[in-house]
Amino acid sequence: MSTATSTLPPKREITTKPRFSDKVFRAVVTTGGFSSLVILGLISLFLLYNGLNVFRTEGLGFITGFDWIVPLPEEGLPAQYGIGAMLYGTVVIGLIALFFAFPISVGAALFLSYYAPDWLKKPMVLVIDVMAAIPSIVFGLWGFFVLMPHAEYWAKLIHKYLGFIPIFDMPANAFTRSPFIAGLVLAIMIIPIITSISREIFAQTPLDRIQAAYALGATKWSMIKSVVFPYGRGGVVGGAMLGLGRAIGETVAVYTVLNIVFDIRIEVLLSAGGSVASMIVNKFGEANPDELKALMASGFVLFLVTLLINFLANFIINRTARE
Amino acid sequence: MSTVTIPRPSKPWGVNFKQAIPDVVAAFATLLITYAIVAYTPLKGKLAFVIVLFLVAVIASAAISGIRRDRKAALNSISTVMIYVAGMFVIFPLGSILYEIIRRGIGGLSLGMFSTDMAVTASDAPLSEGGLIHAVVGTFYIVIIASLISVPIGILTALYLTEIKGKAAGTIRFFVQAMSGIPSIVAGLFIYAVWMIALGNQYSAAAGAMALAILMIPTVARTSEEVLKLIPSDLREAGLAMGGTQWRTVAMIVIPAAQSGLITAVILGVARVAGETAPLLLTMGGADALNLNPFAGNSSAIPFYVWKNFLLGTETAIDRAWSGVLVLMIIVLFFFSLTRFLSGRKGRF
Repeated sequence: MSTATSTLPPKREITTKPRFSDKVFRAVVTTGGFSSLVILGLISLFLLYNGLNVFRTEGLGFITGFDWIVPLPEEGLPAQYGIGAMLYGTVVIGLIALFFAFPISVGAALFLSYYAPDWLKKPMVLVIDVMAAIPSIVFGLWGFFVLMPHAEYWAKLIHKYLGFIPIFDMPANAFTRSPFIAGLVLAIMIIPIITSISREIFAQTPLDRIQAAYALGATKWSMIKSVVFPYGRGGVVGGAMLGLGRAIGETVAVYTVLNIVFDIRIEVLLSAGGSVASMIVNKFGEANPDELKALMASGFVLFLVTLLINFLANFIINRTARE
Repeated sequence: MSTVTIPRPSKPWGVNFKQAIPDVVAAFATLLITYAIVAYTPLKGKLAFVIVLFLVAVIASAAISGIRRDRKAALNSISTVMIYVAGMFVIFPLGSILYEIIRRGIGGLSLGMFSTDMAVTASDAPLSEGGLIHAVVGTFYIVIIASLISVPIGILTALYLTEIKGKAAGTIRFFVQAMSGIPSIVAGLFIYAVWMIALGNQYSAAAGAMALAILMIPTVARTSEEVLKLIPSDLREAGLAMGGTQWRTVAMIVIPAAQSGLITAVILGVARVAGETAPLLLTMGGADALNLNPFAGNSSAIPFYVWKNFLLGTETAIDRAWSGVLVLMIIVLFFFSLTRFLSGRKGRF
């Protein structure tokens, strides 16, 4: 009775070969996935290709020079393109924006995370999200018509009381459309970015360590200083860099509140500043084909700088968030 | 009969009346001192009042906690005041912006505005003449075309990141993140270099839409990725276990489950680009007349209309610009609320 030999059924074939439909699906999705890489590549390629001549003739002077001279055709002189002053101006207004936005944003993020009563949190987050959604042209108009009269008055006060410091000195009585005002408008534009990223990072602070600090008798501020800041430092710095990237690339809002002058000046209250992005719009309208190439080259530089800042910022934020 | 006294629930850790007295007194004293300083010293005006108030408040709170407790408590008070002020600072600009837009924009708003263009209207003509129908139509076109380009790319990118999880997923996620930081003007220059210089086309709404699509892709991709991540992997496994191919599982299970989230992602992208100005300045030409053909000829959009009127600088042109801003803000806030409404609905992913 036990002699019956049991024959095992033949092994079922297990295939891992994807079907045809899956192959197509994966191909299509992968192509779509890579398209953003392709677009980024194309952007740098096309801007570089169009600006190559300018880079070649100007050399390093394109970055360091600060003359933008387009001679009339009949003069027969060589054109000169240098965006040194614009790069300098971009950095200046970016730093002014960060100077105002960074403490306010970090303070607001702390307020939202540890101080605000519960009923206030939701509306405030909503306010910050709405701020982030406001188009830059709106900030530009508001900055020009509403903020500028006030900011001009503030600038005069700063000059009056702190004028002995070189950067607040004033060679002429021209307080409007200064890097100071452009920096203020940019500060308001980047506050939502820095605030929301800082808030996200602060929210990840381990609760046990917060409670441990309180249990040891820390005040709220000591707790923040000894637990929240060390934990979230990277993320906050990354958020500030993202804000800086936005400030550097901002075009329209800066254009309305900044007087673009090809000159390097240290007086931030003076109505003369620079911004690569705004300069491109400023010159684009009446640019001849040759000048257009120089604008493409400027766009390429701007693209590289912002991409680099964003890479670095995201790298820092991702690393902090993962820890 | 003995009465049982039930102790009323209390919060011993809360602030009682006696403890609150110094704070209330201090608050009054702060206001009083500030008023006195502003009234009797050369520091005048609202700004001076705010700054003095802030300084006095910081000093007063620090002094009180310092006297009552110690240096650490004083530091804590200072930081508390500063953080509260920072919190208030965030709300203030939005209030001012919304208030000014409504105050300055409402005057130029009329129904006639949405039926005429600016083709025959001079820049200093009264507000009753002319309108922004050409800009509304232009914005409509560019939003539609930009969505048609960027939504498939964005969602495919998100699918690659969540469903295929290929080797390059990390790199692509990183680049998409970085791409959302591209200055809008660079997108405009790129389209100008490709579409106008290399391919020899003219200004058109489609060109503007292509530039906006570049800015929209990262928003759509990142939001869609977040949404798709929330779909439980049980659903995917169930689909595969029933013998479905990956394609069937994604198309029949994952995407329908994520539907409302994906729609939110698209609208978020639209809200992101609807107000963009800079790339349009390089690609659309900025017409004053209605142009119904999105693929040829100069056209306008609401941000461009605002920009043009701002640059004209006459009094009525500025009024027109503010009305344009009001219309733009209504559109942007409409899309914004729509995303909130969609993502706030319960019971879906």
